[in-house]
Amino acid sequence: MSVRDLAQAIRSGHESAVAVTQRSLDAIAAQDGEVHAFLDVQAEQALAHAAEIDAAVARGEDPGRLAGIPVALKDNLCQRGEVTSCASKILAGWRPPYDATVVTKLRSAGAIAVGKTNMDEFAMGSSTENSAFGPTLNPRDLSRVPGGSSGGSAAAVAAGMVPLSLGSDTGGSIRQPAALCGVVGVKPTYGLVSRYGLVAFASSLDQIGPFANSVADAAELLEVIAGHDEMDSTSLADPIPQISAHLDDGVDGLKIGLCSDLLNGCDEEVVASVRHAAETLAGQGAEIVDIAIPELGFGLSAYYLLAPAEASSNLARYDGVRFGNRVDGDDVTAMNTATRTQGFGDEVKRRIMLGTYALSAGYYDAYYGQAQRVRTMIINAFAAAYGKVDLLLGATAPTTAFPVGDKVDDPMAMYLSDICTIPTNLAGHPAMSVPFATGADGLPIGVQLLGPGMSEERLFAAAHVLEKGARA
Amino acid sequence: MSTLPEGWNMVVGLEVHTELKTNTKLFCGCANLFGDEPNTNVCPVCLGLPGSLPVLNATAVEFAIRIGLALHCDVRPSTFHRKNYFYPDQPKDYQISQYDEPINAEGYLDLPDGTRVRIERAHMEEDTGKTTHLGGTGRIHGSDESLVDYNRAGVPLVEIVSGPDIRSAAQARAYAAELRAILVASGASDGRMEEGSMRVDANVSVRRGEDAPFGTRCEIKNLNSLRSVQRAVEYEALRQITLLEAGGTVNQETRHWDEDAGKTHTLRSKEEAYDYRYFPEPDLVPLDPPAEQIAAIGAALGPMPAERRATLLALLGEGASDAQVDQALSAVEQGLDRFALAAIDAGAPALLSVARVANELAGTGAAGEQLPEADFAALLLMEHAGELSATQAKAVLGDLVAAGGGDPKEFAAQRGFEQLDTGALDAVLDEVIAAHPDEWARYCEGDDKLAGFFTGKVMAATKGQADGKAVNAGLRARKG
Amino acid sequence: MANLARLELTEAEVTRFTEQLASILGHAADVAALDVHELAPTAHPFGLTNVLRVDELRPSTDREEVLSQAPKVVDNRFGVPRIVGEAP
Repeated sequence: MSVRDLAQAIRSGHESAVAVTQRSLDAIAAQDGEVHAFLDVQAEQALAHAAEIDAAVARGEDPGRLAGIPVALKDNLCQRGEVTSCASKILAGWRPPYDATVVTKLRSAGAIAVGKTNMDEFAMGSSTENSAFGPTLNPRDLSRVPGGSSGGSAAAVAAGMVPLSLGSDTGGSIRQPAALCGVVGVKPTYGLVSRYGLVAFASSLDQIGPFANSVADAAELLEVIAGHDEMDSTSLADPIPQISAHLDDGVDGLKIGLCSDLLNGCDEEVVASVRHAAETLAGQGAEIVDIAIPELGFGLSAYYLLAPAEASSNLARYDGVRFGNRVDGDDVTAMNTATRTQGFGDEVKRRIMLGTYALSAGYYDAYYGQAQRVRTMIINAFAAAYGKVDLLLGATAPTTAFPVGDKVDDPMAMYLSDICTIPTNLAGHPAMSVPFATGADGLPIGVQLLGPGMSEERLFAAAHVLEKGARA
Repeated sequence: MSTLPEGWNMVVGLEVHTELKTNTKLFCGCANLFGDEPNTNVCPVCLGLPGSLPVLNATAVEFAIRIGLALHCDVRPSTFHRKNYFYPDQPKDYQISQYDEPINAEGYLDLPDGTRVRIERAHMEEDTGKTTHLGGTGRIHGSDESLVDYNRAGVPLVEIVSGPDIRSAAQARAYAAELRAILVASGASDGRMEEGSMRVDANVSVRRGEDAPFGTRCEIKNLNSLRSVQRAVEYEALRQITLLEAGGTVNQETRHWDEDAGKTHTLRSKEEAYDYRYFPEPDLVPLDPPAEQIAAIGAALGPMPAERRATLLALLGEGASDAQVDQALSAVEQGLDRFALAAIDAGAPALLSVARVANELAGTGAAGEQLPEADFAALLLMEHAGELSATQAKAVLGDLVAAGGGDPKEFAAQRGFEQLDTGALDAVLDEVIAAHPDEWARYCEGDDKLAGFFTGKVMAATKGQADGKAVNAGLRARKG
Repeated sequence: MANLARLELTEAEVTRFTEQLASILGHAADVAALDVHELAPTAHPFGLTNVLRVDELRPSTDREEVLSQAPKVVDNRFGVPRIVGEAP
């Protein structure tokens, strides 16, 4: 049943929110011992909230667009009074005194937060193996990773534990796990969704976005969380795209660029899937154009200078002074150092070091400054491309889900998982992954659609065509 | 006056941090208040909690522009940068500040003595929390632990950096005083150094002769009174000269001024400049105030101290004594000249108005500043009209200040002040003269100083109700 | 570098990290080589400017709730071990 229909059923009293929530909790209980999508399941709170929704319905009130729909939240989203750990020891047990804006919006829409999902520590990773509390496993094959960093949120939807979840995407952390788990994952236009309450990794790249089993479901969630927020200076004031209303627009007459640079380093069957996706779109009236944007190839390197640089600064606040777990020391500096050394995992430390280096005196121009210029180059390259086509099509991830442990010892290999997703973050553009095919290993393959800023209506319409023609 | 040894000059630049008088902090809606219970004006943003984001205060921007315009700066498009360093009073372990694109740059300030001091920049940044140190002497050194209050974290600051154009300790003080008067006049700050809302750091170096290259400079941090500024600069210049004359070298370092001991001592060596790793603040967007807004702010800026000094001195006229000129300057420096102007406007004499402001109103602090100007003017008119003696007027002023305003006539009546009528005054005068024939004889022979003696006696006899001028007139009349 | 970031690395970690960072920075060399000097750096994807908020009071966070998450509280303030030296 679609989210829209389910919410309607709950609003009209045909379904009880409590029953729906209970089913979700049961599914979690049945599977999460193995999958480990969740770090914290909020059963009591969820059922209590669901009961309120049912009571409101009984009183003839409208509890909201997502009435009674269970939603899982990535554990870097602040939820007042609930543990928000970012899968890190340094924040284990931390209960923020405030809600993220998206959390507030979800509650106003009647959605039921059922728990916080596992992730790579502080969103740094592509496999959820960097969690301080153990990895999440891919529900489609428990020997494989679900992708990352939003692996828990992707797995929760893929396993049918919840119909909707929220993740965050800085270099592909929604789209890549969506592709690896076989669900829909969307990174919205930068600024479309408020970042207030999202624990920052790389501020100029981070965005919160939905996971869902269908494009229509993803649209429901995105339209609820989107919108200008006065608490976020980078939040866009533009009107929210009317995504659901345009879902069935089709692709007739659209020019879609099949981008060879978004197929770089990808497995043959991934490339083949993208080509099949192009055929599907062409079959529905789109004009497929081969397009090369060679500048995109520099995205990975620019990203691995910019993102760690911003992260090194964003993560300075974890000093054991005001919140989080403190390890004592003789003086405050020793305390800071001990707290951070013991509280952060290896990948986080690696990126902090890299970022500190990229910003340091004497190196700023060559690294950070240069990367910001390359970013402009990529933005310009995209702009030129979108002068010729309406959307771009490419791979999401270069391979299907890889085995747990495969890449943990080779950070560079891990970073290459993001090669197709990173350029979008640099440009601030929206993109989404749609499950389209299955690999020879039986694992899902997703394809990626990209559009210019605020093109979500068109993007989702094309994605909807793809999912209807999917060969999954 | 400067007591530097022959041939030596000092070169001084001042960096002044001033808090802005906004209702709320720079990046969040917490109250911008001094003295509240610790950690009661805090929120996720100013505590730097994970997930929080800054949003810029529009009034802080307006106030920063006022300051820039008052200092003749170029107001420019600007950006914010992160200045990264770890310290417990810095909630995010970075400060949001401005770096290579400040909102105001390339201005100047003219001292009353005519010296022009360049203003390199006046940029916006956020303040830190406050630490108190337990154990030891209460200073950092030797303490066991420290406690942090973040009420002040995030309060808006403007940092004003002068060029190295100051050449004496007295000039340094004059610069700080004039700058403070300008900041208060602009309405952007309250200039309360004793509350820490204006803090001065001084960069001091010395050189032989006026054209020699600059020497190595030391920075003296956190001078919190005008007097400290002058004393510390003077001390530091002498310290460096003494060191150099003995064959030593001046190390570039940061020093602390000990007001009680009257010395500076080293805080830390500044040999290695700390790497703050500045980069543009990604959570904020650039600031580009429209020209019309800047123009409107400039147009609404009241007259600055220099102009107000000129106005008041003109009203005093050319016959004003040095003491009276000083009173006028003092009134402007303390931002109280508006009271004199109000009184003069209402018809009170300039000399009286200026004197009452500089002598009596000044020193009543915040309470005096809040007195309605009209009430002050009304009081002076009463004194001018002879309804109150000087002593009585001063007493009523005290009442007005304490009450926050009111009708001076009522306060006068409450105190039972009625001007002694001429007949009563004559009677008392005659009595007093009769009681002191020797003094009277000497006065009549020309010892004018005895007028004071007789005035005192008359005052005592009338419990202060006599008007001093009338007494003097009466004495002279009787002398013949 | 580690000190600037308040991280303490073991010798083994220093070695490992150095290798890994070198590898990453080696890849970054392709960026360093690009001739993009005429391009302006992007701090923001879309040219937003002048985002401001009215100077109006908003409720502060309840002190109890804030302090409840603090590692050490003394006298309603955040306690830290002794601070050596002034702020840099």
